[in-house]
Amino acid sequence: MSAPDLLYSQVEEDLRDSVRRLLADRCDWTSVLARCETEQPYDLQLWRTLAGELGLAALAVPEQVGGSGASARELAVVAEELGRAVAPVPFLGTVLATTVLAECSAEPAGELLPQLADGSRIATVAVSLASSPYSPFPRSVKADSGSLTGTASAVVELPFADFLVVPAVDSDVPSLYLLDVSAEGVTRTETTPLDLTRRFGTVALDGAPAQKLVSGAAAERVLRRALLTAAGVLASEQTGLAQHCLDSTVEYSLTRYQFGRQIGSFQAIKHRLADLWTGVSTARATARNAADALARDDAETELAVALAQAYCSDLAVLAAEEHLQLHGGIGMTWEHPAHLYLGRAKSAQLAFGTAERHRQCIGELVNLPTP
Amino acid sequence: MDADELRQRVREFLAEHDPKRMDRLEFLRARFDAGLAWVHFPTGLGGLGAPRELQTVVEAEFAKAGAPDNRPRENSIGLGMAAPTILRFGNDEQRRRFLRPLWTGEEIWCQLFSEPGAGSDLAALSMRAVRDGDEWVIDGQKVWTSLAHRAQWAILVARSDPDQPKHKGLTYFICDMTAPGVEVRPLRQITGEAEFNEVFLSGVRIPDSHRLGEVGQGWQVAMGTLMNERVAIGGSNIARESGMIGIIAQTWRDRPEVRTSGLHDRLLRLWVEAEATRLTSQRLRQQLAVGSPGPEGSAVKLSFARLNQEISGLELEMLGEEGLAYDDWTFRRPERADFTARGPGYRYLRAKGNSIEGGTSEILRNVIAERVLGLPQEIRTDKDVPWKELPR
Repeated sequence: MSAPDLLYSQVEEDLRDSVRRLLADRCDWTSVLARCETEQPYDLQLWRTLAGELGLAALAVPEQVGGSGASARELAVVAEELGRAVAPVPFLGTVLATTVLAECSAEPAGELLPQLADGSRIATVAVSLASSPYSPFPRSVKADSGSLTGTASAVVELPFADFLVVPAVDSDVPSLYLLDVSAEGVTRTETTPLDLTRRFGTVALDGAPAQKLVSGAAAERVLRRALLTAAGVLASEQTGLAQHCLDSTVEYSLTRYQFGRQIGSFQAIKHRLADLWTGVSTARATARNAADALARDDAETELAVALAQAYCSDLAVLAAEEHLQLHGGIGMTWEHPAHLYLGRAKSAQLAFGTAERHRQCIGELVNLPTP
Repeated sequence: MDADELRQRVREFLAEHDPKRMDRLEFLRARFDAGLAWVHFPTGLGGLGAPRELQTVVEAEFAKAGAPDNRPRENSIGLGMAAPTILRFGNDEQRRRFLRPLWTGEEIWCQLFSEPGAGSDLAALSMRAVRDGDEWVIDGQKVWTSLAHRAQWAILVARSDPDQPKHKGLTYFICDMTAPGVEVRPLRQITGEAEFNEVFLSGVRIPDSHRLGEVGQGWQVAMGTLMNERVAIGGSNIARESGMIGIIAQTWRDRPEVRTSGLHDRLLRLWVEAEATRLTSQRLRQQLAVGSPGPEGSAVKLSFARLNQEISGLELEMLGEEGLAYDDWTFRRPERADFTARGPGYRYLRAKGNSIEGGTSEILRNVIAERVLGLPQEIRTDKDVPWKELPR
């Protein structure tokens, strides 16, 4: 690994500022909470602003195919802010889909990318949120003369997607297809999610017509790249979420009085928060390292992503759990956002490979073999 | 002064001073006099008033020419702590007298701060300094003093006024370690060896001209010294798998017979944490290089202490029967601390000190909570009370 840049550039800081301002204005936690039990749990208007005005939907897609021409470093900064706000927008599915489409930018991908970029259409990849970059190519959907049959479960953003990239096997050859969800033979079923701010479901396909994007070893490579990118970017989302949980807990510990003192003056609290700060600082270093490796397409990108995921997914859960515990009773109530962060952190921990799965990968990459 | 000009200066210096032919000390003295010792120091005191980060340029040039260095690891307290303190708080005479032989390594320094009754609470120290004409008379005991048995000089904090509150009655001195009344005794540790010393001072006389800073200003001077300790810890880039994690990873690779699935999971967890902590310290150095030092230093120190302890503990478990043995209990005095030297039993025991030395992990958590997160300070009952009335 050549020396990574672990800091934020001025451009990245400016990007962060604009995203944070917009989210503060349009996506405070009360609105996220109010929305989560309605028919519109996602804020698609906000998404169109993020995509259309700030160009975030296709941030890492090259300009010549309709993206913003930035890199995973900028994408990761956006993810931090979205994590901070537990923003209910189809970000993760978009990262998956745009990564795939940018890799096979010939028709019909080239047509769709600009529409994803401006937020007018939403796409995702029909892989399980619980799969990882190390999972074998999915075989639950079969392709036959351009029509798809089978099911894919835990597909993130499924209820809001207009298009799906579907991994399917065509006479045993791994392939990626582009599917319009309004086509014949497509049935979508939403799952009730633990994380109310990130939606997913199962899609059943019964002879649904689709266009082939890529097949063979290239299909496997592209899907793996998409999962790797999403996993790397997710580490930054987890870092942003953890930072928010820390900040909000510190703030609360300064305003909450018990025994005639701010609870933040007790060492039992101070030391836990100091440890959490240490954890968040460490998470940030690993997440920046992963984003930088993805951006440079470094030879050790897999290791950088696995390391970031192995560290950040558990740390984000710890932060969300400490956030709840140190808020005491109020943290246990529906009207407090602690549960939104807990749900997001715990679900994100399972997404794109658990920490344990990533550690296994690290073991293989750095030659620490299993017994 | 930029990097190219500095390189040019070094080349000109080397053209006139051939390191292969000159006596080592003469060469180092000449290098100091040319302002190429520590370039960020002022002209006339071994420097050129250049930016601190250009030092690496100079070191690289000298190393390339095969020039002898000043053996910085043998005088770490002198270079890292005493020198910046003398520069900042010393008068011209003191700077001229002490800095040159300190840099060349002719005079080794140690630090007389901690006491048996003043560890985390350094300001509570009780070594007495009583004024006697142009001299001070020092009595008391210091502890955890590395290099005391080899040092010519020490930086020393003592209590000059017990009637003042603890932070206000301290004065900072330069102490001659060869003066009558200085007794250095090795302090044997749980590893069997003595890296450190206890130092007893009985009626030691220090001339007032060896005082650093004003009478009663000792706490501020000492804080200046300890700040430098934090900067010094920044250090250079660390390679992946350096330190304890590299040793245990190699054992895993070399010896399939020690592998079990439980140990594997623990090893991978620690590998992840060690690598993540390494990146955190790399990020800290990148922040320092662009001039915005983050407070991550305390976090890195906390993490390394815990990791060293956990990794060295796991190593013993991995080794099974071998882990029952200890390489050597013979009492000895190592040249310098090396946490990873010797056998696994030694590493396990030595790592226990990592969460105590240089600020306990508990104090570091307070520092992070108060200075980084802005949480309330510990309730202090001792701040405004005359030192002599404090319970101890």
